[in-house]
Amino acid sequence: MAKYLTQRFVYMVITLFLIASLTFFLMKIIPGTPFSNASKLSEAQLSIMIDKYGLDEPVPVQYANYLLNLLKGDLGVSFQFNNVGVTDIIVNSMGPSATLGALAILFGTFFGIILGVISALKQNTWVDYSSTFIAVLGKSIPSFVFAGLLQYYVGVKLGWFPVAFWRGPEYMVLPTIALAMFPLATASRFVRTEMIEVMESDYITLAKAKGASWFEIAFKHALRNALIPVVTVLGPLVVSLMTGSLVIEKIFGIPGIGEQFVKSITINDYPVIMGTTLLFAALFVVVILIVDLLYGVIDPRIRLAGGKK
Amino acid sequence: MTKILEVNDLHISFHTFSGEVQAIRGVNFDLNKGETLAIVGESGSGKSVTSKAIMRLLPESNSDIKNGEILFEGKDLTKLSDKNMQKVRGKDISMIFQDPMTSLNPTMTVGKQIIEPIVKHQKLSKAAAKKRAIEILELVGIANPEERFKQYPHQFSGGMRQRVVIAIALACNPKVLIADEPTTALDVTIQAQILELMKDLQKKIDTSIIFITHDLGVVANVADRVAVMYGGKIVEIGTVDEVFYNPQHPYTWGLISSMPTLDTEDEELYAIPGTPPNLLHPPKGDAFAPRNEYAMKIDLEEQPPMFKVSDTHYAATWLLHPDAPKVEPPPAVQRRQRQFLDIKEGK
Repeated sequence: MAKYLTQRFVYMVITLFLIASLTFFLMKIIPGTPFSNASKLSEAQLSIMIDKYGLDEPVPVQYANYLLNLLKGDLGVSFQFNNVGVTDIIVNSMGPSATLGALAILFGTFFGIILGVISALKQNTWVDYSSTFIAVLGKSIPSFVFAGLLQYYVGVKLGWFPVAFWRGPEYMVLPTIALAMFPLATASRFVRTEMIEVMESDYITLAKAKGASWFEIAFKHALRNALIPVVTVLGPLVVSLMTGSLVIEKIFGIPGIGEQFVKSITINDYPVIMGTTLLFAALFVVVILIVDLLYGVIDPRIRLAGGKK
Repeated sequence: MTKILEVNDLHISFHTFSGEVQAIRGVNFDLNKGETLAIVGESGSGKSVTSKAIMRLLPESNSDIKNGEILFEGKDLTKLSDKNMQKVRGKDISMIFQDPMTSLNPTMTVGKQIIEPIVKHQKLSKAAAKKRAIEILELVGIANPEERFKQYPHQFSGGMRQRVVIAIALACNPKVLIADEPTTALDVTIQAQILELMKDLQKKIDTSIIFITHDLGVVANVADRVAVMYGGKIVEIGTVDEVFYNPQHPYTWGLISSMPTLDTEDEELYAIPGTPPNLLHPPKGDAFAPRNEYAMKIDLEEQPPMFKVSDTHYAATWLLHPDAPKVEPPPAVQRRQRQFLDIKEGK
C-alpha cells in the first residue's frame, strides 16, 4: 500500500508539472499584457511595469523563474491588486467555494442515492416516475434557474432564508440546494440503474432466501454493490463544484474562487490564472486518487495488492 | 412417516408481453421428514419455478400463483404475509442455488453472510453467532475456518463457495433444504464432494431435501424418491428404484434411454425427438404426446390423470389405463425392468 501511494504521489507531481508548464506556455500565447487595458498608463510607465514584473525577459527565462518560485511555494503577486499575493487571494476566496461545493455534493449525493434506491425498488410505479421526473429536471434545468426560483419563492415570498451573501450558516441553504440539484439528479439516475441490475443478481435472491427484510436487502446487500459507478461519476463532479460555480457565486453574491478565476483570465492576470489552474489540477488529481482508493473500500475485489496476494 | 411439506394442485403463471405462460400446471407432491426428493426434468419443465414458489422467491411483478396450496407443517405458505414468510425463509426452509460464483455477495465477508441468518432467526449475540458460524464452516469442510471467516468470496474457489452457500443454508438447522441444481456449475470431482457433504449433513441435522437437477446420475446418488417433471407437471413420481428400474411414462423411458450406463455397448445413445411444449399455448392433451412415439389418440385430446402403479409409484400416462394396448418399452428400459425384479426379490 505504501509503495502504491508513493508511486501515485510521484505520478501526481509529474502531472502537476506538466499542467503547470502547459498552462504557462498557453497563457503566453494569449495576446496582450496584463496592462494593455490600462489606457491611462503612458508608454514609459508601461515599460516600467513590464520591466518590474520581468515580462520583457525571454519566455524560457520567465518559465524557469516561474518554476523556481513554484518550488519555493511562491505563486507570485497578482497584477490586479497591488502586491496582494496569489496565495492569499486563493485562500480567501477558496473558503466559501469549497464549503458551498462540499455541502452541495453531500446533500446532492445523499438524497440522490436515497431517491435512486427507492425508485429502483419501486420500479415502474409512480414513485419511480416522479423520481425520474425530478432527475430529468435536475439535469436539464441550469442551476441559475433554480437559484432564481429559490431566491424568489423561498427567500423573498416565504422569507425563510436570506436571499444572498455569505455571512453564516443560514446563508448557505439556498445556494446549496441550487447547486445540489445536478449531483442529486446524476447520483439518483446512476444508483437506480445499478440497483435494478444488482437486485436481479443471485446473491440478492440468496439474501432473500436467508429471510432478510427488504431494508436489509437494499441497504446492506445491494447498495454497496451499486455504488462503484456512482463514485466514478461523482469524483470529477466534486472538483468542479468545490472549485466554485461562477454562476451561483455571482447570483448569491458569494465571494468565491469561480468569479476570481474568470476575472483573472479576462485581464491576463498571469499569476492568478496559473495559481488557480494549479489548484484545480491539484484538487483533481487528489480526488482521482481518493476515488481509486474508495473503489477498494467499496469492493474488496478491487483492493490493491499490498504485500499479500 | 410424517409429511413436512405438501404441494397441492399448484398452478403458476408468468405474465409476459406475448401473453400468459402457464409454467406450472397442477403440481402435486409431498415431502416426508428426513427424505430426499429429487425433481428432475429438462430446462423449462418447471422444476426451479416450483422450488422458488415454495420459497416465495418468484418475481412479484409478473408471476402469479393461480391456484393451489403449499402446506408447510400444515400452514399454507402462499397465504403468509411477507413478514411471516421472512421468518420461514432461512430458518425453516432454506435454499442452495446453482451458481456458487454469483450467489455470494462480493462486497461482504463470508463470515458476515453466514452470521446474518443466525442473528436474525436465532436471536444470538454477535459473538455467539460467530462461534456458531465457525462451527458450521468447519462442518462443511472448510479448513482454517477462523481465518476464512474474515475473507471475501473472491478468495474462495467455486467448490469452496458452494460449501459456504451450504453453510449459510444450514446455519439455522432448517427443516427443509431446497437445492436448486447445486452441483451443475461445478466440475465432476467437486460435484462428488458436494454430494457426499450434503448426504452427510442431512444425516447430522435431520433435514428433508428437495433436490432439483437434470442430472440423472446425481439423482441415483442422492435421492430416496424421484419426481419427473415435464411441461409444468409431474408426469411420474416414485422411489428411486421404481423410477429408474420400472419407469412407466414414455418421457421417463426417453430420459432413461438417453442415459449411458455401464451396460451400454456400441448402440447409439437415444435422443428424445422434438422440442418441449410452448407453455404460452399449452397443449390440450398430454404435453409429451407430440414427441411420444407411443402416443395414442386420447393423448392428444385429454390430459392423463395419475395412475397408481404401487403405493409409492404414480405415473400420468394413458398407457396405464386398463383399456390401453400393451406396448413394448425401449430396450434399455426393458433391461432395467428385468433388473427391477431382481432388486425386488433381493429385498
